[in-house]
Amino acid sequence: MARAESGTLGRRPAVGFVLPALVLIGVFLVFPALWTVYLGLTDYRLTGLAAADPQVVGAANYAEALGDERFRTSLWLTVQFVLGSAVLGQAVLGFAIAWALRDRRGPLKSLTEGLVLLAWILPSSVVAFLWIALLDRDGGTLNAILHTPGFAWLLDHPMASIIVFNVWRGTAFSMMLYGAALENVPPSHLETARLAGASTLQQLRDVVLPHIKGHVLTNLLLITLWTFNDFTAFQLTAGGPEGRSEILPVYIYNVAMSGGRLGFGAAVSFLVLVVNLVLAFGYLRLLRSRGEVRPS
Amino acid sequence: MTPVRHMLGTIGRAAFLALVLGFFALPLLWLASAPFDAHPSITASVPEFTLANFRALLDNPYALGSLRNSLIQACGSAALVVTLAALAAYALSRARVPGRDALLYVLLLLSSVVTGTAAMVPLFELATRLNLIDTHLGVVLTLSGGLLPAAIFILKDFMDATPTSYEESARVFGASPGQVLRHVVIPLVRPGLATIAVWAVAGVWGSFLQPFILLRDPDKAPGAVILYTLYTEGGAPRLDVISAFSLLYSLPVVVMYVFVSRRYGFRFHGGIKR
Amino acid sequence: MIALRGLTKEFPGGVRAVDSLDLEIGDGEFFALLGPSGCGKTTLLRTIAGLETPTSGRIEIGGVDVTGTPPGRRDVAMVFQDYALFPHMDVTANIAYPLRIRKVPRAGREAKAAETASRLSLSELLDRRPGQLSGGQQQRVALARAVACHPKAFLFDEPLSNLDARLRLEARTFLKRLQRELAVTTVFVTHDQSEALALADRIAVMSAGRITQLGTPSEVFRRPATTFVASFIGSTPMNLLPGVAKDGVLRVAGAEFPLPDGAPEGEVLYGLRPEYADLTTREPGEKGAFPGKVAVVENLGTAHLVTLECTDHLLQVVVPEGAEPPPGTAAWAVPRPGRALLYRDDTLVGGA
Repeated sequence: MARAESGTLGRRPAVGFVLPALVLIGVFLVFPALWTVYLGLTDYRLTGLAAADPQVVGAANYAEALGDERFRTSLWLTVQFVLGSAVLGQAVLGFAIAWALRDRRGPLKSLTEGLVLLAWILPSSVVAFLWIALLDRDGGTLNAILHTPGFAWLLDHPMASIIVFNVWRGTAFSMMLYGAALENVPPSHLETARLAGASTLQQLRDVVLPHIKGHVLTNLLLITLWTFNDFTAFQLTAGGPEGRSEILPVYIYNVAMSGGRLGFGAAVSFLVLVVNLVLAFGYLRLLRSRGEVRPS
Repeated sequence: MTPVRHMLGTIGRAAFLALVLGFFALPLLWLASAPFDAHPSITASVPEFTLANFRALLDNPYALGSLRNSLIQACGSAALVVTLAALAAYALSRARVPGRDALLYVLLLLSSVVTGTAAMVPLFELATRLNLIDTHLGVVLTLSGGLLPAAIFILKDFMDATPTSYEESARVFGASPGQVLRHVVIPLVRPGLATIAVWAVAGVWGSFLQPFILLRDPDKAPGAVILYTLYTEGGAPRLDVISAFSLLYSLPVVVMYVFVSRRYGFRFHGGIKR
Repeated sequence: MIALRGLTKEFPGGVRAVDSLDLEIGDGEFFALLGPSGCGKTTLLRTIAGLETPTSGRIEIGGVDVTGTPPGRRDVAMVFQDYALFPHMDVTANIAYPLRIRKVPRAGREAKAAETASRLSLSELLDRRPGQLSGGQQQRVALARAVACHPKAFLFDEPLSNLDARLRLEARTFLKRLQRELAVTTVFVTHDQSEALALADRIAVMSAGRITQLGTPSEVFRRPATTFVASFIGSTPMNLLPGVAKDGVLRVAGAEFPLPDGAPEGEVLYGLRPEYADLTTREPGEKGAFPGKVAVVENLGTAHLVTLECTDHLLQVVVPEGAEPPPGTAAWAVPRPGRALLYRDDTLVGGA
């Protein structure tokens, strides 16, 4: 029936209904984002003279950050963290688990999925301590199993530790996304390839990948965005020792909150916002091109 | 495929799954054993069974209080998010609001861009200026702002899937907009509201960064922050307290997760986490 | 009485769903809005209910101008195509809902609901939820909810379309009886011509937001005002054959008829319902018959639909049981006197 969408609700009550949510989002989401831009241009500090009377210093914070060895190191560690734990770790492991479980039923599948999911849903403070316990130098379970007593994983290999930790923590999402994606691959296509004698790798390349390309892209964009912003590593190493695991979120906290340099921290935050914006735009465009807009 | 290749494939797959199980189970072993161990050590081991560790929680000045704080902050945020998101989603679903799609698009973008990490400085500043430091309200408002866009989006999906004839029918019988909402819309989308509530509670219950920044007073701090201070601050960590507390603090999230996935199925885009 | 004066509803984007429409529906009348999907009939019904605001024009219900009145204060009850029974309320609460809005105390409205339910043979179902009812039961609960609030008018949107074919006939009879008993002005929308013919006192056939023909079922069936109505009304569509009227003679598909007085000359469409012709296998002496060969015979149960291949055209005739000729036979279709219609420019210009 040629009926335009009906306005069940009048314009005025509609505005009244939307307004409270918009005000809250405006004050606690939009305004902070904009304020970051301004604060990043000042020398605002938590204490001292610049706390009482902050000065606009223009791009000085940005110039300083780019010249700062610690910031550049942090940036490089972040790249390692995102590529290592998200793109390589979570995505590959998640896909592998989904692939290995794709035609299984029963307790093994439930157990595996349950454990992987548990790692994802437990509160970050809890999992952080579980890993501290696991990697503990003296009594850690890992050293007990590997017979390497006294090996200080978190001190000697802090980056590797938080990368492996984040793979453990976040693989569930990729596993489930790929699990759902693999269900959409028509079994007849795989069987055709198998009958033609294709190896597993050939099947993956020629049959599976073309079907799940969109999912792969969605997955990579989202886990990159989340890993880039993840603060849980702070609870394991707090960026230490000596800044050797100080990824950007931790760097911002250490500089702005612990160090009190709010203006400088805001400048670095702004860079994070810009990267997030690029990633989120990519994600939304992907969703639009596939005709489904869903929240992340 | 030759039988040998087939067998190798099966063995390879089994070995891989065994490794995966080991990798994911290993860190969790401690959480399963230590809380019930009479002498909990940092190593996971078969416990000498006791419940004394949970009694030790009672002696800790902050442990139980922090769970109450978590509850206040989580339920407060959930109530706020569900109420505001339901109103907004209803209006956006049912009224001809100009620029509605663009608005949703921008909100969606914002919710994924303005993370706690990226906005910790201005959020701290904002809370300071509004006198919200060391208040539950500060944590609730800050976290709700981040949860609202996705909540509106998911609920609008629910509302869109509900035929308008229900509301129109009520209107023809003379119901006012408020009555339509109370008598018809809310009961109809109750599963959606429950999902959002659980999703919000679980999200706030586990969040660490915002309360860590906004609360200095340990009497206000939620479980996430107290647990962190238990193992980072001062002296040898009390493993009995930490293990029992970790388990107690984790349970609600796991229960809620099971509830939502049993009841409504798991939708990971709008799912329980993020 | 419901009166519509110059009513227009234009949707954003310029679609005129209802186009300056005038209509008066009498007290107690059972009135059908009939037309194909997209003709504006549902929009018209929703505008009467107040769910759509007219772009221009006026609506009066019971002599009161309700054009600007919100839906709840027009004192009409509407039954939706999907019934819109609230799934979270039981049958009692559903039927009593309009009374709840009018702040009738609980005991009073539940008594009223029970009374209405018993009238519609729903007493056994009062504690059920809509999800536990069959389609026919749901439809009756929806009717009961409309009846319970004693409105000035009922508005039904495709009230029978969600029922399966067998149930539909039963529900149709029930609906007509209910409306007779209550004698409440009723407007209903349907795309099913047989439903409109069977139920309504008067029918408005709609097309593109306007009323093409307004009349009683027999008027609309016997003398469709346009070829659109002619082809829309009737279970078997009317035969419409091109013909030429010249010098007092009408020539159509190999047949010739004397042109009735007043009928214009020139090209016309000759309309004849399949029910209004007789088929014979013996050649009639006169020229007023369509000669042809039987192409297809379709069994309709108590009759047969015979498709005759005439010169250049196909002609369909309904033949009583047992009188159908086998395919391939030569046969003649003889129109019954006074039943054929002549159309020019899609408009009725006379009979033949």
